[in-house]
Amino acid sequence: MSRPVFGTGLAKGLAVTLRTMTRRSVTAHYPDAQPELPPRSRGVIGLFEENCTVCMLCARECPDWCIYIDSHKETVPPAAPGGRERSRNVLDRFAIDFALCMYCGICIEVCPFDALFWSPEFEYAETDIHELTHERDRLREWMWTVPEPPALDEAAEEPKELAAARKTADKLTAQAQAQAEGPAEAPAEGQSPSQAPSQGQSQAAQSHDPAQTEPREGEA
Amino acid sequence: MDALDVTARIAAVLLAFLILPLLVGQTEHKVMAHMQGRVGPMYAGGFHGWAQLVADGVKFAQKEDIVPAGADRRVFQLAPAVALIPYMLVLVAIPVAPDGGVVHAIDAGIFFVLAVMGVGVLGSLMGGWASANKFSLLGGLRTAAQLMAYELPMLLSAASVAMAAGTLSLPGILGVWEWWWLPWQLIGAVVFFTAGLAELQRPPFDAPVADSEIIFGAYTEYTGLRFALFLLAEYAGIVVLSALTSVLFLGGWHGPFAGSVGWVWTLLKTGVLAFGVIWLRVSYPRLREDQVQRLAWTTLVPLALLQIALTGVVKVVM
Repeated sequence: MSRPVFGTGLAKGLAVTLRTMTRRSVTAHYPDAQPELPPRSRGVIGLFEENCTVCMLCARECPDWCIYIDSHKETVPPAAPGGRERSRNVLDRFAIDFALCMYCGICIEVCPFDALFWSPEFEYAETDIHELTHERDRLREWMWTVPEPPALDEAAEEPKELAAARKTADKLTAQAQAQAEGPAEAPAEGQSPSQAPSQGQSQAAQSHDPAQTEPREGEA
Repeated sequence: MDALDVTARIAAVLLAFLILPLLVGQTEHKVMAHMQGRVGPMYAGGFHGWAQLVADGVKFAQKEDIVPAGADRRVFQLAPAVALIPYMLVLVAIPVAPDGGVVHAIDAGIFFVLAVMGVGVLGSLMGGWASANKFSLLGGLRTAAQLMAYELPMLLSAASVAMAAGTLSLPGILGVWEWWWLPWQLIGAVVFFTAGLAELQRPPFDAPVADSEIIFGAYTEYTGLRFALFLLAEYAGIVVLSALTSVLFLGGWHGPFAGSVGWVWTLLKTGVLAFGVIWLRVSYPRLREDQVQRLAWTTLVPLALLQIALTGVVKVVM
């Protein structure tokens, strides 16, 4: 290795600082400009009350025990005459103490009824720690700040719900086509009609696999 | 020279002394920030933090003025003034524009300027000794060692210019200055500027204040206005050093249309050099104490002597 010429290091140092000066600074001007948060940012937890069944899974799984839930049971009269009375859980209190919360998101993961959501809002600092316990009205306010889920990757697999819905739709159109063309099968149009039903049939055959039951469940 | 004229000149010096160091300080805030990818002060004064140093001054003025119990009271309190005032006196002798564009032309200008600048460093020495604090003492002694080491190459390189011009007067030097003095006195200019940086204890020669090893050197025990005066002395020192370098080595007011806008040239050259001072601070790490000494004695002094020899040879041959 040859010895570097004296002064190249010094010149390089000066060049680096001068180049940095001509570039835009990386400072985030936060209070003046809002930060651009990445998708799925964990700011605060919103509660969609209507979906909550008071199953208490979130409160039990919470590592910090920062979720408080009170509820009572109400009896609902039978839907049809002569039927049996049903009992239903009614939410009295749902509170999250964000002074304890460690933003692990387990409550949101564990909720079987999609009642809890991440919101990217983060400006809820308080001067009194008690104010950090957000009651259900405040949690509902956060709900309106929950963004739409980010779009999937270009190459991502189609969501199951969409795939199932598409299959059903394809099957129905294929059936309708088959019914419409079945009686009026004319020999004049040699190839194309014979192809179309076969396509429809193959699609219908495909949709006879177990996945077919999925949309039915969704509809029910 | 009547009383009015004298008053006007003194007012001009005072104004320059109050404004230019603050300008350099604010420039340092902003330039250093942008060189580090930051934006620096943004709020004070509204527009890009232009009033940051004013705000700092207000803050310093509000602080309690503390003198440590064990300190040598009088010396401790006097030190900031000793550090600051010499730089103001130097400004008096620096020519800004041709034909009497100097507050007071002194025949032995170089002597006066260099001697008085040396006095300024004594302020840190006094503060370091009087603080009754071991870190202050360390800083003070480092200051003294640095002053000893760098005063010599500074004087030698200034002497080279005086030899070339055949006069010790600063306006006189500028009177006979020619453009080819730039390459001729280049080594001297580098030596003078570097030695001046070291005397001001600016990074990379800030071992005497090295905040990560000896707290803040001689200024450790200072607070409030006295501390602010020390800081102001540092920036006044930058102004004086840059102005002096531009007068001695860069031709001061010389430039196109020097007759009418000579003072602009002086200010411009001073400003560019002050930017260089800031730039060096951002770019280079601090020299260790032994490196500081070695640079002075094994590099700068020989270079200054070489410059004097070169000046002498050219002077005799021509």
